[in-house]
Amino acid sequence: MSSAAEDTKPAMPVRAPLTAGMSFVKLAPWIYTIALFALWELLVIALDMPQTILPAPSRVFQAIVQYWSPIWKNSLQTLYTTTVGFAIAVVAGLGLGLFIGWSKTIYAGLYPLMIGFNAIPKVALVPILVIWFGIGAVPAILTAFLISFFPIVVNVATGLATIEPETEDVLRALGAKKLDIMLKVGIPRSMPYFFGSLKVAITLAFVGSVVSETVASNYGLGNMMSSAQSQFNVPLVFAGLLMLAVEGIAMYALMAWIERRMTGWAHRSTMSH
Amino acid sequence: MAQHLVSIENVDMRYGGASGTLAVAGLTVKVGKGEFAAVVGPSGCGKSTLMKLVTGLHIPQSGAVVVANKHVTEPVSIVGMAFQNPTMLPWRTTLDNILLPLEIVERHRHRLRAHKKEYVEKAEALLETVGLKGFGSKFPWQLSGGMQQRANLCRALIHEPELLMLDEPFGALDAFTREELWCVIRDLHAAQGVTIVLVTHDLREATFLADRIFVMSARPGRVLKEHTVPFARPRDLDIMYEKGFNDMVHELHGEIAQARVVA
Ligand SMILES: Nc1ncnc2c1ncn2[C@@H]1O[C@H](COP(=O)(O)OP(=O)(O)OP(=O)(O)O)[C@@H](O)[C@H]1O
Ligand SMILES: [Mg+2]
Repeated sequence: MSSAAEDTKPAMPVRAPLTAGMSFVKLAPWIYTIALFALWELLVIALDMPQTILPAPSRVFQAIVQYWSPIWKNSLQTLYTTTVGFAIAVVAGLGLGLFIGWSKTIYAGLYPLMIGFNAIPKVALVPILVIWFGIGAVPAILTAFLISFFPIVVNVATGLATIEPETEDVLRALGAKKLDIMLKVGIPRSMPYFFGSLKVAITLAFVGSVVSETVASNYGLGNMMSSAQSQFNVPLVFAGLLMLAVEGIAMYALMAWIERRMTGWAHRSTMSH
Repeated sequence: MAQHLVSIENVDMRYGGASGTLAVAGLTVKVGKGEFAAVVGPSGCGKSTLMKLVTGLHIPQSGAVVVANKHVTEPVSIVGMAFQNPTMLPWRTTLDNILLPLEIVERHRHRLRAHKKEYVEKAEALLETVGLKGFGSKFPWQLSGGMQQRANLCRALIHEPELLMLDEPFGALDAFTREELWCVIRDLHAAQGVTIVLVTHDLREATFLADRIFVMSARPGRVLKEHTVPFARPRDLDIMYEKGFNDMVHELHGEIAQARVVA
């Protein structure tokens, strides 16, 4: 999970000696995506793949149009369970992270527990959640929550626990209480870590909700894909995957945007190393 | 006795429990009000420990630390501190960084909101004295290392401390910036009558600035020798080229070299 913390490293300034080079960098993601689809299409044609194994992208897009109404409905459902689970993870992760980072003793005591918890595959918890809450949206929300809150906790706690001792000394010598140090230094300092972790957490939340929907729900993209699969409607399965990818990218971009807005200073300064 | 602002008597300080590192032993240091004291000694001899004892960040196992006629049992807020590392908070502007102590110190924190303007003016005046006029709105990462260290001094001074503790504040700076800041400190000391304790590795710095120089032994640290610097104030940077000055630096150098060998 340290990758989230590393994400907050100051970004190297992008040098643009040529404007042409600059616009190419901006266009590159689109070009590569289109190239990938083209390659995929060519591969399917060249190998003469049956669409029950690997449908061509054109066939997948056709499925999206054909089944637009259920796809749209299920996409919204998945987006809903994911964001609710993610929102709970943000609140709980921030709270628990602040609590853990508060003192060295709590940090030392709870950290191994957290690692152990994180090692449990969250998929294995879905049946238990179903026993407790029945099938439907609740297990999906909870799985999304469980899988995404760990990186948030770890990052917030790390931000708090790594305050420079000198900063702490300067403030303590002035008579600062623990609460002062947390409010003035710890919390602002852990914000880049926190916002950085949101990008990781949101993608994980999608994994959690879709896994849960696949095995224990009557709604959502996970459920749609698993029933499409049982009917050998492979293009629809791929259509669901594509929708998931789109939702994932959109939410990731949103988190990245929020991160830049909230903690631009961390990208300018050399603080978070 | 009462005229001493800082009095450390026969202090032992051990880190990390009974079997830990004995950092200082039998340390006795007394600094008078308004005095400028410098502490020099071999690396790791307990100079930073001394700073932490005086500010109440560490409480010694034995001996007495008295600051402003009070036994130090918790952090004393009449001090300002500055370290080699400027530790400016990158999410605050330079001005807000300088105002930070006012949000902490009991005496000021309740007045800050109502008297913000007055405090901001004071911070700006301080910025001007250290040669940073107009840089208050910049973020620390927009300042050079030397400029950050100047701002750091302002932060240490904003709450008008009676005692200023400086732990190698100029260690990371180039020679010219360092000399410039020596003059800033010299003038601050002359103008405000603040008591200053400066820990340094630079013997010329100590001799140029201080009234008294304490030479510490290798760990566990204690005071080997106490020098009174004879040069009249105000001192000019040119005195560093005088014979008497160089003799004193030479003597200090010899004492520290010896302390290192003995260890
Ligand atoms: N927090 C700590 N825990 C354990 N030992 C410590 C701690 N801080 C300092 N020491 C030990 O105490 C001794 C004195 O340390 P101190 O930092 O006071 O030295 P110093 O004179 O400031 O050195 P330098 O000139 O290199 O800054 C050192 O030997 C160090 O190993
Ligand atoms: Mg030191």
